[in-house]
Amino acid sequence: MRFDSYQTEGFYDEMFDAVGSPRVEAEPLVERIQSLPEGELRRRHQAAERALMRLGITFNVYGDGEGTERIFPFDIVPRIVPWEEWERLERGLAQRIRALNMFIDDLYHDQKVVKDGVVPAELIESCTSFRPQCVGLNPPGGIWCHITGTDLVRSDDGNIYVLEDNLRCPSGVSYVIENRSVMKETFPMVFSGLGVRRVEDYAERLLATIESVAPPHASRPTIVVLTPGVYNSAYFEHSFLAKEMGVELVEGRDLAVVDGYVCMRTTKGFERVDAIYRRLDDDFLDPLAFRKDSMLGVPGIMDVYRQGRVTLVNAPGTGVADDKVIYSYVPKIIQYYLDQEAIIPNVPTYLCWIEEDRNYVLDHLAELVVKPANESGGYGMMVGPHATKETHEEFRRRILDKPRNYIAQPTLSLSRVPTLIGDAFEGRHVDLRPYILYGADEIFVLPGGLTRVALRKGSLVVNSSQGGGSKDTWVLSPPNGQWQSQSQNGGGDA
Amino acid sequence: MLSRVAESIYWLNRYIERAENVARLVDVNLHLLLDLPEMFEGQWDALVHVSGDYEDFKERHGEANQSSVIEFLTFDRENPSSILSSVMAARENARSTRESITSETGEAINEVYLSITAPGAKDQAIQNPHEFFRGVRRASHLVEGANSETSSRNEGWHFARMGRSIERADKTTRILDIKYFLLLPDISHVGTAVDDIHWGAVLRSAGAFEMYRKAYGKVTANSIVRFLLLDAQFPRSVRHCLTRMDKSLHMVTGTPERSYSNSAERRLGQFLSELEYADERDIMRQGLHEYLDMLQTRINEVGDALHETFFALKPVTEAAAG
Repeated sequence: MRFDSYQTEGFYDEMFDAVGSPRVEAEPLVERIQSLPEGELRRRHQAAERALMRLGITFNVYGDGEGTERIFPFDIVPRIVPWEEWERLERGLAQRIRALNMFIDDLYHDQKVVKDGVVPAELIESCTSFRPQCVGLNPPGGIWCHITGTDLVRSDDGNIYVLEDNLRCPSGVSYVIENRSVMKETFPMVFSGLGVRRVEDYAERLLATIESVAPPHASRPTIVVLTPGVYNSAYFEHSFLAKEMGVELVEGRDLAVVDGYVCMRTTKGFERVDAIYRRLDDDFLDPLAFRKDSMLGVPGIMDVYRQGRVTLVNAPGTGVADDKVIYSYVPKIIQYYLDQEAIIPNVPTYLCWIEEDRNYVLDHLAELVVKPANESGGYGMMVGPHATKETHEEFRRRILDKPRNYIAQPTLSLSRVPTLIGDAFEGRHVDLRPYILYGADEIFVLPGGLTRVALRKGSLVVNSSQGGGSKDTWVLSPPNGQWQSQSQNGGGDA
Repeated sequence: MLSRVAESIYWLNRYIERAENVARLVDVNLHLLLDLPEMFEGQWDALVHVSGDYEDFKERHGEANQSSVIEFLTFDRENPSSILSSVMAARENARSTRESITSETGEAINEVYLSITAPGAKDQAIQNPHEFFRGVRRASHLVEGANSETSSRNEGWHFARMGRSIERADKTTRILDIKYFLLLPDISHVGTAVDDIHWGAVLRSAGAFEMYRKAYGKVTANSIVRFLLLDAQFPRSVRHCLTRMDKSLHMVTGTPERSYSNSAERRLGQFLSELEYADERDIMRQGLHEYLDMLQTRINEVGDALHETFFALKPVTEAAAG
């Protein structure tokens, strides 16, 4: 299987440089792939997809009746991140999360950041994901965002930018781990000896993170994962993480507030729960505190939380930092709390609620990407250059109607990675979502992450709900360095 | 363990065992078809009588013949006891408990689901039914084996075993009951070669032929009833199934054996004692079909009691927090 006819077509390619030679860190991989017999890669790829199907690693697509279960398409050519680059990203992400956590804590207490004029007050007041119910809360250790998935993209200038923050219920980490395990099974000879860093201990780290913020009353805290249920699109991940951590996966109906504590219904009666990794949005968490019509939550759980008798991970209220208008202030937020320059820059962002920006956006709809301030999953956005005139006009109306709800960014030329399409390699655009854990003791960035790939030719939308797939992400260890002991199969060929 | 999870594990195992036993039921006829081709007409009716809703079948499928009955019992999604419905229900339960069952068990269940829903599975079942139903039985064994060899003997495992056992006990009574519906040309055929062939098919379908031979040798109605209902050692006999269930039940609650702390233990214990002291001659005198009916009712009662005891925890009354 050769890369001879592979074209980077002027895009930044993660595997090949501008003249078409493999990048230094990708050389061994390119060599190994090229040495495979004709058709072998395709066969392995099919084997990998069968394995995912057999393991039931599927996600549900909203809105279909039957056949709602699909595997998340998996591409067998990995994306490589050289160790120097990763080292910088790791620092940048830790910096960003530390600052965002301080920001959230501040917002729900004194709002110094507003008083000092860094973030406008009206912005917070108009933020739909700001939760007045959380004002004055003090989560253990002052940590609100225990688990974050931050979306990064590389543009054609070669720089990596933060595209968005996900501090509510970021999903996808199970695919990181499963992709790796399928990759190792189907491709042991390509994998071994390259010094790829481990992602398999994520669940252990996650468990330690949650334990570190459990209420002090529990010497051996009981931890559970709370899922909206089997029909949720990320259900596989919820059960995967519960299983990997060895804890119960509960639904709202399994829990009840009994004598001031959250308890689960077991075959032996009610049993106290101390910390909940909830994969349920704030809105649905407690019908007494948030949406009254929620059937998925636990009535009264917010009261227990306020009393410090249960820990919620992430804390309610963190969604405020996902707001894409607030996102544009993150470099200032980092400056304000940490007195540092942001290590990973933001994508330049136009805020439609500011007149000057709005006029620019309305004049350039055909060039920009327009996004709602408060959606995730790629819903409700418009990629200007790929959209019709009618859509441009539709978004013009929406922006004028609710300017606070929209932001716009230049259409980035996302970097590409060779992807197996039919029997040949073609470049496809990718992003990268690393996962960051923030426990009482430390911030941990998983060396890897979910590389999502837009499988449709030319497409820039990588979301699984919109025809995206994923790739294994190989963060490399420094050569012969101290990382060797942690690296995958670091000892030699298997 | 969570009540919901315990219940799902229990049912997932019931469903897999159910799929296996429907395959076994069909097998009775497939054996007879080979052994008595000339007098086979009408025997497909018998299967529907013991294994499903007869009215429902008549309404939707009309005449009972090989293809309509196999369709009804295998791929009919409107028949809640069909193999397909059972496997789908098992998989749904497995999906909602995948963090509690072992990966190997989950994979085995997913594999049987994928094979039975694969394009062409239906054609294969019609063209080569022996092979197909053998596949279903083996899939069930694979799930059981995977679970047995990878799961700790924890609560989940005991609920799995209870599900398996209670379903199997029920289905063994139904396999035996087929004999009641199988038509003998006339009363004078009782005790003849045709009768023996019927009994042989029943034994084979229950996977009991070899073990029965070792224990009793000659095929006689009384011994077969004794073997399939009252034998202490044969793993598909009703008594053996209920004994296993009783052990698991006591392991879950911690109540000493031969005593009870809830309605499930009491009902099952009582029922089991009666079986332990039952005699096949009394059963035959009373009427086998009637006796089997009674067993099925009692088995259902045990199932209901289990539900009440473990799965239906009422909110905030038995508060035991702290």
